[in-house]
Amino acid sequence: MLAATARVAGDLDVAEECVQDAYLAALAAWARDGVPDKPGAWLTATAKRKALDVLRREKVFRTKMPLLVEPAEAETTDEPAGDDAVPDDRLRLVFTCCHPALAREAQVALTLRLVCGVATGDIARAFLVSETTMAARVTRAKKKIAAARIPYRVPEAAELPERLDAVLTVIHLLFTTGHTAPTGAGLVRADLVDRAVHLTRMLLALMPDEPEVRGLLALLLLTDARRATRTDDSGRLLVLEEQDRSRWDRAAIAEGNQLVLGAFRTGRVGRYALQAAIASLHAVAPDYAATDWPQVVRLYDELLKRWPSPVVALNRAVAVSMVDGPAAALADVDLLAADPHLAGYHYLPAVRADLLRRLDRPAEAADAYGAALDLVDNEAERAFLTARLTEVSEAG
Amino acid sequence: MAQYAVLVYSPAPADPMDLTPDYVALLERYGDQVTELGGQILTGFALQPSTTATAIRGDLVTDGPFIEAKEVVAGFFILEAPDLDVALKIAKLNPATIDGGVEVRPLFQPPAE
Repeated sequence: MLAATARVAGDLDVAEECVQDAYLAALAAWARDGVPDKPGAWLTATAKRKALDVLRREKVFRTKMPLLVEPAEAETTDEPAGDDAVPDDRLRLVFTCCHPALAREAQVALTLRLVCGVATGDIARAFLVSETTMAARVTRAKKKIAAARIPYRVPEAAELPERLDAVLTVIHLLFTTGHTAPTGAGLVRADLVDRAVHLTRMLLALMPDEPEVRGLLALLLLTDARRATRTDDSGRLLVLEEQDRSRWDRAAIAEGNQLVLGAFRTGRVGRYALQAAIASLHAVAPDYAATDWPQVVRLYDELLKRWPSPVVALNRAVAVSMVDGPAAALADVDLLAADPHLAGYHYLPAVRADLLRRLDRPAEAADAYGAALDLVDNEAERAFLTARLTEVSEAG
Repeated sequence: MAQYAVLVYSPAPADPMDLTPDYVALLERYGDQVTELGGQILTGFALQPSTTATAIRGDLVTDGPFIEAKEVVAGFFILEAPDLDVALKIAKLNPATIDGGVEVRPLFQPPAE
């Protein structure tokens, strides 16, 4: 809806305001006349009409129409684009938000805000900055789009590769933000996860030969295949070890595995294909202990070469604990603890706590669970850590 | 069409008399490339080397450019292009990007009202 309105308004701020106005108008009109047959179409039409009003009233046609706006013909094909239609408005909006002329943090914030409708306050919390800071960042980026005339379009084929990295990163972040919501009661924000998958599918239709696009889609499908089993009926978080593998989404896993194979066959594997390969090994293992852990460690080694991130190293340590035991992994984790990048990362003390628990050192495990609890914001994760803390406290 | 200032940065002192024949050949082709890509250069200037610059800060007058750096502004031109993507394509072809770089800045347009 925002994308369609942006095409009319030619200005993201105006479009956003019009969409909000349309919701307000709907509250009044629907209370009076009842909800229309197609509420979505009603809202979009209203938002577009408001955008046209704004343009007329402020006489910004002359100065702002060329910005972000497709040629007028685009308006005539007004039927909603199906899931397979490429490129759709939303993908175009993603490419605009991920323009290399914008800073990476602004790219992510803009995509979350404009493509996914995440509230600025929620984005700010996910990035651990104040709402004012995030609002300023989004405003600055929108101003640059308007002032520098960053066009609203999917780039030409030749430009795609250089834009791809930003787009993949943003979609991946979008997925992870939905997969484990940074705050709030629920573990998963399904709307963000589904949107990330949908965007990646469209990207693959646009760039069918890019192994990293295949890799990312595989990663998202294989990870999300576990969605139904990640919490129990009471919303308690279940770790990989406890999940009911018979309830994993087999169709998604099969598709993900095919995509991983396709990506590896190109001989140009990157970080997403490698992460997908790891997810694939988990997906096909009959149970947690029977996972091909040595192969998982090897894939993490490859991944670290391409993407030397302390978060990857932390995940590798978990795999190492399954091959060489928790003591070996604990040594790796303690080395990582010195990395300032992980200072606020609750998974570090959480992994440490788990290793200490397995080493039968309950008092130290309890301290580490406490440290993880100090840093976690998601309720489901908090409940999980609290339960483990109680468990080791009773053991100690 | 939008208007951009393209600021050309080259290694100090950026003396136009020191341009290599290769660079000059690239520059001679540049005008046509700009037109082919859908842009137009409205006006442009090369500057005397940065050793000829004089900076003023408060009431202090000093020798040298305002900001001492490895690369200095060697010149600038005003480019008209449909959008930033076209402007960036044009800017990328500028020979200054080989050993220095360019900055693309939209010209300020006062608000309509």
